[in-house]
Amino acid sequence: MSEQPKSMTCAEFQAQLPEFIGSGASAAGHPHLKECALCRELLENLETIAQAARQLFPEVEPPDELWEQIELAIKKDEGGEG
Amino acid sequence: MLGAELEETPGYSQRKLMGQARVPVKGPSGEVSGAEPAEGTAGQLAAKQVNAQQRTATVVSIELLGRAAAGDHGAFGEIYSLHKRRIYSLCLRMVGNPAEAEDLTQEAFLQLHRKIATFRGESAFSTWLHRLTINVVLMRLRKKGLQLISLDEAMEPTTEERPGRSFGADDLSLTGAIDRMALQRAIDDLPAGYRLIFMLHDIEGYEHNEIADMLNCSIGNSKSQLHKARLKLREALRVHSREEGQR
Repeated sequence: MSEQPKSMTCAEFQAQLPEFIGSGASAAGHPHLKECALCRELLENLETIAQAARQLFPEVEPPDELWEQIELAIKKDEGGEG
Repeated sequence: MLGAELEETPGYSQRKLMGQARVPVKGPSGEVSGAEPAEGTAGQLAAKQVNAQQRTATVVSIELLGRAAAGDHGAFGEIYSLHKRRIYSLCLRMVGNPAEAEDLTQEAFLQLHRKIATFRGESAFSTWLHRLTINVVLMRLRKKGLQLISLDEAMEPTTEERPGRSFGADDLSLTGAIDRMALQRAIDDLPAGYRLIFMLHDIEGYEHNEIADMLNCSIGNSKSQLHKARLKLREALRVHSREEGQR
Protein backbone atom coordinates (compact mmCIF):
# COMPACT_ATOMS: atom_id res chain seq x y z
CA MET A 1 0.00 0.00 0.00
CA SER A 2 2.65 2.50 1.00
CA GLU A 3 5.61 1.03 -0.90
CA GLN A 4 5.35 3.76 -3.52
CA PRO A 5 3.58 6.58 -1.74
CA LYS A 6 4.72 9.23 -4.22
CA SER A 7 2.79 7.56 -7.01
CA MET A 8 -0.50 7.62 -5.11
CA THR A 9 -3.05 9.92 -6.66
CA CYS A 10 -5.54 12.04 -4.73
CA ALA A 11 -8.34 9.77 -5.89
CA GLU A 12 -6.51 6.71 -4.60
CA PHE A 13 -5.80 8.37 -1.29
CA GLN A 14 -9.38 9.58 -0.92
CA ALA A 15 -10.66 6.10 -1.68
CA GLN A 16 -8.77 5.01 1.43
CA LEU A 17 -10.10 7.81 3.60
CA PRO A 18 -12.98 5.85 5.15
CA GLU A 19 -10.34 3.62 6.72
CA PHE A 20 -8.60 6.63 8.23
CA ILE A 21 -11.67 8.46 9.48
CA GLY A 22 -11.95 8.08 13.18
CA SER A 23 -8.35 6.97 13.45
CA GLY A 24 -6.77 10.33 12.76
CA ALA A 25 -3.36 9.39 14.05
CA SER A 26 -2.77 6.89 11.29
CA ALA A 27 -3.98 9.29 8.60
CA ALA A 28 -1.92 12.24 9.75
CA GLY A 29 1.34 10.49 8.99
CA HIS A 30 0.32 9.21 5.58
CA PRO A 31 3.01 9.94 2.98
CA HIS A 32 0.48 11.34 0.51
CA LEU A 33 -0.52 14.06 2.96
CA LYS A 34 3.04 15.30 3.18
CA GLU A 35 3.06 16.13 -0.49
CA CYS A 36 -0.59 17.02 -1.13
CA ALA A 37 -2.03 20.18 0.37
CA LEU A 38 -5.51 19.52 -1.06
CA CYS A 39 -5.92 16.16 0.61
CA ARG A 40 -4.39 17.54 3.79
CA GLU A 41 -7.01 20.26 3.75
CA LEU A 42 -9.79 17.81 2.99
CA LEU A 43 -8.86 15.67 5.97
CA GLU A 44 -8.57 18.72 8.19
CA ASN A 45 -11.99 19.92 6.99
CA LEU A 46 -13.63 16.62 7.83
CA GLU A 47 -12.09 16.54 11.29
CA THR A 48 -13.01 20.19 11.83
CA ILE A 49 -16.63 19.47 10.97
CA ALA A 50 -16.72 16.60 13.45
CA GLN A 51 -15.22 18.77 16.18
CA ALA A 52 -17.59 21.64 15.46
CA ALA A 53 -20.54 19.25 15.55
CA ARG A 54 -19.59 18.14 19.05
CA GLN A 55 -20.11 21.69 20.22
CA LEU A 56 -23.62 21.83 18.79
CA PHE A 57 -25.28 19.49 21.20
CA PRO A 58 -25.30 20.82 24.75
CA GLU A 59 -27.24 18.85 27.33
CA VAL A 60 -30.77 20.10 27.87
CA GLU A 61 -33.40 19.47 30.51
CA PRO A 62 -36.41 17.38 29.61
CA PRO A 63 -39.84 18.89 30.40
CA ASP A 64 -40.84 18.63 34.06
CA GLU A 65 -43.98 16.67 33.25
CA LEU A 66 -41.97 13.86 31.72
CA TRP A 67 -41.36 12.29 35.13
CA GLU A 68 -45.09 12.10 35.78
CA GLN A 69 -45.55 10.30 32.48
CA ILE A 70 -42.75 7.89 33.34
CA GLU A 71 -44.25 7.21 36.77
CA LEU A 72 -47.59 6.45 35.14
CA ALA A 73 -45.93 4.14 32.61
CA ILE A 74 -44.09 2.31 35.40
CA LYS A 75 -47.29 1.87 37.42
CA LYS A 76 -49.08 0.60 34.35
CA ASP A 77 -46.17 -1.75 33.65
CA GLU A 78 -46.17 -3.07 37.21
CA GLY A 79 -49.95 -3.47 37.11
CA GLY A 80 -49.62 -5.48 33.93
CA GLU A 81 -47.00 -7.72 35.48
CA GLY A 82 -48.96 -8.26 38.66
CA MET B 1 -24.81 -7.87 42.41
CA LEU B 2 -25.26 -4.20 42.95
CA GLY B 3 -22.64 -4.11 45.63
CA ALA B 4 -19.97 -4.31 42.97
CA GLU B 5 -17.79 -1.25 42.75
CA LEU B 6 -18.86 1.25 40.12
CA GLU B 7 -15.80 2.73 38.53
CA GLU B 8 -15.86 6.33 37.49
CA THR B 9 -15.24 6.41 33.77
CA PRO B 10 -15.50 9.22 31.28
CA GLY B 11 -18.69 9.22 29.27
CA TYR B 12 -18.30 8.23 25.65
CA SER B 13 -18.48 11.80 24.43
CA GLN B 14 -16.02 13.00 26.99
CA ARG B 15 -13.64 10.15 26.20
CA LYS B 16 -13.48 11.28 22.60
CA LEU B 17 -13.27 14.94 23.52
CA MET B 18 -10.13 14.46 25.52
CA GLY B 19 -7.15 15.92 23.78
CA GLN B 20 -9.19 17.52 21.06
CA ALA B 21 -9.19 21.24 20.53
CA ARG B 22 -12.39 23.17 20.14
CA VAL B 23 -12.92 24.80 16.79
CA PRO B 24 -14.44 28.21 16.18
CA VAL B 25 -18.17 28.04 15.62
CA LYS B 26 -20.14 30.98 14.30
CA GLY B 27 -23.44 31.63 16.10
CA PRO B 28 -26.72 32.82 14.59
CA SER B 29 -25.81 36.46 14.99
CA GLY B 30 -22.36 35.96 13.56
CA GLU B 31 -20.49 35.83 16.83
CA VAL B 32 -17.60 33.38 16.94
CA SER B 33 -17.08 31.19 19.93
CA GLY B 34 -15.19 28.12 20.91
CA ALA B 35 -11.79 29.05 19.50
CA GLU B 36 -9.08 27.32 21.43
CA PRO B 37 -5.48 28.28 20.89
CA ALA B 38 -3.91 25.68 23.13
CA GLU B 39 -4.50 22.29 21.61
CA GLY B 40 -6.60 19.99 23.70
CA THR B 41 -6.92 22.10 26.81
CA ALA B 42 -10.53 23.19 26.36
CA GLY B 43 -11.66 19.68 25.51
CA GLN B 44 -9.79 18.26 28.47
CA LEU B 45 -11.14 20.90 30.82
CA ALA B 46 -14.69 20.36 29.62
CA ALA B 47 -14.22 16.62 29.98
CA LYS B 48 -12.90 17.03 33.52
CA GLN B 49 -15.85 19.21 34.47
CA VAL B 50 -18.36 16.76 33.07
CA ASN B 51 -16.53 13.83 34.62
CA ALA B 52 -16.65 15.53 37.99
CA GLN B 53 -20.42 15.82 37.66
CA GLN B 54 -20.62 12.21 36.57
CA ARG B 55 -18.50 11.09 39.48
CA THR B 56 -20.91 12.71 41.91
CA ALA B 57 -23.84 11.14 40.13
CA THR B 58 -22.21 7.71 40.13
CA VAL B 59 -21.23 7.77 43.79
CA VAL B 60 -24.77 8.65 44.80
CA SER B 61 -26.13 6.01 42.45
CA ILE B 62 -24.27 3.16 44.15
CA GLU B 63 -26.45 3.45 47.17
CA LEU B 64 -29.55 4.38 45.22
CA LEU B 65 -29.28 1.50 42.81
CA GLY B 66 -29.74 -1.10 45.50
CA ARG B 67 -32.82 0.63 46.85
CA ALA B 68 -34.28 1.18 43.39
CA ALA B 69 -33.65 -2.44 42.48
CA ALA B 70 -35.49 -3.42 45.65
CA GLY B 71 -38.54 -1.51 44.46
CA ASP B 72 -38.07 1.85 46.18
CA HIS B 73 -39.87 4.30 43.85
CA GLY B 74 -38.32 7.30 45.57
CA ALA B 75 -34.85 5.94 44.86
CA PHE B 76 -35.75 5.36 41.24
CA GLY B 77 -37.00 8.95 41.05
CA GLU B 78 -33.65 10.15 42.34
CA ILE B 79 -31.85 8.12 39.70
CA TYR B 80 -34.10 9.72 37.11
CA SER B 81 -33.25 13.17 38.40
CA LEU B 82 -29.53 12.44 38.22
CA HIS B 83 -29.57 11.04 34.70
CA LYS B 84 -32.53 12.67 32.97
CA ARG B 85 -30.48 15.41 31.28
CA ARG B 86 -27.98 13.00 29.79
CA ILE B 87 -30.59 10.54 28.62
CA TYR B 88 -33.02 13.07 27.22
CA SER B 89 -30.19 14.91 25.47
CA LEU B 90 -28.89 11.65 24.03
CA CYS B 91 -32.34 10.79 22.65
CA LEU B 92 -32.74 14.29 21.26
CA ARG B 93 -29.39 14.11 19.50
CA MET B 94 -30.22 10.73 18.04
CA VAL B 95 -33.64 11.59 16.64
CA GLY B 96 -33.61 15.39 16.46
CA ASN B 97 -37.23 15.69 17.54
CA PRO B 98 -38.20 16.83 21.08
CA ALA B 99 -41.52 14.97 21.24
CA GLU B 100 -39.92 11.74 20.07
CA ALA B 101 -36.99 12.29 22.42
CA GLU B 102 -39.43 12.55 25.35
CA ASP B 103 -41.10 9.35 24.28
CA LEU B 104 -37.76 7.57 23.97
CA THR B 105 -36.59 8.90 27.33
CA GLN B 106 -39.75 7.49 28.88
CA GLU B 107 -39.14 4.14 27.22
CA ALA B 108 -35.49 4.13 28.32
CA PHE B 109 -36.39 4.71 31.97
CA LEU B 110 -39.18 2.15 31.75
CA GLN B 111 -36.62 -0.36 30.46
CA LEU B 112 -34.25 0.73 33.20
CA HIS B 113 -36.94 0.09 35.80
CA ARG B 114 -37.45 -3.40 34.42
CA LYS B 115 -33.76 -4.23 34.18
CA ILE B 116 -32.11 -2.33 37.00
CA ALA B 117 -31.74 -5.45 39.14
CA THR B 118 -29.70 -7.05 36.35
CA PHE B 119 -27.01 -4.36 36.50
CA ARG B 120 -23.87 -6.15 37.61
CA GLY B 121 -21.52 -3.24 38.03
CA GLU B 122 -19.19 -4.50 35.33
CA SER B 123 -19.20 -1.03 33.80
CA ALA B 124 -20.09 2.39 35.15
CA PHE B 125 -23.83 2.72 35.64
CA SER B 126 -23.93 5.79 33.42
CA THR B 127 -22.23 3.83 30.62
CA TRP B 128 -24.66 0.95 31.04
CA LEU B 129 -27.66 3.28 30.98
CA HIS B 130 -26.24 5.09 27.94
CA ARG B 131 -26.00 1.83 26.02
CA LEU B 132 -29.45 0.74 27.16
CA THR B 133 -30.83 4.02 25.81
CA ILE B 134 -29.04 3.63 22.49
CA ASN B 135 -30.62 0.20 22.16
CA VAL B 136 -34.06 1.68 22.86
CA VAL B 137 -33.50 4.29 20.15
CA LEU B 138 -32.26 1.71 17.65
CA MET B 139 -35.22 -0.54 18.36
CA ARG B 140 -37.59 2.36 17.74
CA LEU B 141 -35.88 3.27 14.48
CA ARG B 142 -36.09 -0.32 13.32
CA LYS B 143 -39.78 -0.48 14.25
CA LYS B 144 -40.32 2.58 12.11
CA GLY B 145 -38.92 0.58 9.24
CA LEU B 146 -35.70 2.50 8.99
CA GLN B 147 -32.90 0.59 7.37
CA LEU B 148 -30.09 1.58 9.62
CA ILE B 149 -27.06 0.68 7.62
CA SER B 150 -27.77 0.21 3.97
CA LEU B 151 -29.38 3.46 2.98
CA ASP B 152 -26.33 4.39 0.96
CA GLU B 153 -26.75 1.40 -1.28
CA ALA B 154 -30.30 2.44 -2.09
CA MET B 155 -29.36 5.99 -2.91
CA GLU B 156 -27.83 7.31 -6.05
CA PRO B 157 -24.29 8.32 -5.25
CA THR B 158 -23.93 12.04 -5.27
CA THR B 159 -21.08 13.78 -6.98
CA GLU B 160 -18.83 13.88 -3.99
CA GLU B 161 -19.33 10.18 -3.25
CA ARG B 162 -18.35 8.70 -6.56
CA PRO B 163 -15.28 6.55 -6.35
CA GLY B 164 -12.23 8.18 -7.72
CA ARG B 165 -13.61 11.68 -7.46
CA SER B 166 -10.98 13.82 -5.89
CA PHE B 167 -11.39 17.23 -4.35
CA GLY B 168 -9.97 20.22 -6.07
CA ALA B 169 -8.96 23.72 -5.15
CA ASP B 170 -12.52 25.05 -5.51
CA ASP B 171 -13.69 23.02 -2.57
CA LEU B 172 -14.63 24.67 0.65
CA SER B 173 -11.89 25.66 2.97
CA LEU B 174 -13.04 25.49 6.58
CA THR B 175 -10.16 27.38 8.05
CA GLY B 176 -12.51 30.03 9.41
CA ALA B 177 -15.49 29.71 11.74
CA ILE B 178 -18.12 27.18 10.84
CA ASP B 179 -21.65 28.55 10.77
CA ARG B 180 -23.43 26.87 13.66
CA MET B 181 -26.89 27.09 12.12
CA ALA B 182 -25.71 25.81 8.76
CA LEU B 183 -23.96 22.86 10.35
CA GLN B 184 -26.99 22.08 12.49
CA ARG B 185 -29.22 22.15 9.40
CA ALA B 186 -26.78 19.98 7.49
CA ILE B 187 -26.77 17.39 10.26
CA ASP B 188 -30.58 17.48 10.48
CA ASP B 189 -30.76 16.95 6.71
CA LEU B 190 -28.49 13.90 6.69
CA PRO B 191 -30.21 10.69 5.63
CA ALA B 192 -31.22 8.80 8.78
CA GLY B 193 -28.62 6.07 8.41
CA TYR B 194 -25.79 8.55 7.94
CA ARG B 195 -27.02 10.70 10.80
CA LEU B 196 -27.18 7.71 13.09
CA ILE B 197 -23.59 6.63 12.48
CA PHE B 198 -22.32 10.20 12.56
CA MET B 199 -24.01 10.66 15.93
CA LEU B 200 -22.82 7.37 17.35
CA HIS B 201 -19.21 7.87 16.27
CA ASP B 202 -18.51 11.58 16.19
CA ILE B 203 -20.83 12.82 18.91
CA GLU B 204 -21.34 9.87 21.25
CA GLY B 205 -17.81 8.59 20.77
CA TYR B 206 -18.46 4.94 19.99
CA GLU B 207 -15.77 3.08 18.07
CA HIS B 208 -16.51 1.48 14.71
CA ASN B 209 -16.41 -2.02 16.16
CA GLU B 210 -19.00 -1.01 18.78
CA ILE B 211 -21.22 0.56 16.12
CA ALA B 212 -20.89 -2.49 13.90
CA ASP B 213 -21.96 -4.60 16.86
CA MET B 214 -24.96 -2.38 17.62
CA LEU B 215 -26.15 -2.14 14.04
CA ASN B 216 -25.20 -5.65 13.04
CA CYS B 217 -23.11 -4.41 10.14
CA SER B 218 -19.48 -4.67 9.16
CA ILE B 219 -16.83 -2.34 10.54
CA GLY B 220 -16.07 -1.32 6.97
CA ASN B 221 -19.68 -0.35 6.43
CA SER B 222 -19.64 1.80 9.56
CA LYS B 223 -16.44 3.53 8.41
CA SER B 224 -17.79 4.05 4.92
CA GLN B 225 -21.08 5.57 6.12
CA LEU B 226 -19.33 7.87 8.55
CA HIS B 227 -17.02 9.10 5.82
CA LYS B 228 -19.94 9.74 3.49
CA ALA B 229 -21.83 11.54 6.25
CA ARG B 230 -18.89 13.87 6.81
CA LEU B 231 -18.54 14.48 3.08
CA LYS B 232 -22.22 15.37 2.89
CA LEU B 233 -21.82 17.83 5.74
CA ARG B 234 -18.81 19.37 4.03
CA GLU B 235 -20.72 19.68 0.79
CA ALA B 236 -23.70 21.28 2.56
CA LEU B 237 -21.41 23.79 4.24
CA ARG B 238 -19.80 24.55 0.90
CA VAL B 239 -23.17 25.24 -0.68
CA HIS B 240 -24.13 27.42 2.26
CA SER B 241 -20.86 29.30 2.01
CA ARG B 242 -21.41 29.96 -1.68
CA GLU B 243 -24.95 31.19 -1.06
CA GLU B 244 -23.74 33.48 1.67
CA GLY B 245 -21.05 34.79 -0.62
CA GLN B 246 -23.60 35.70 -3.28
CA ARG B 247 -25.62 37.84 -0.89
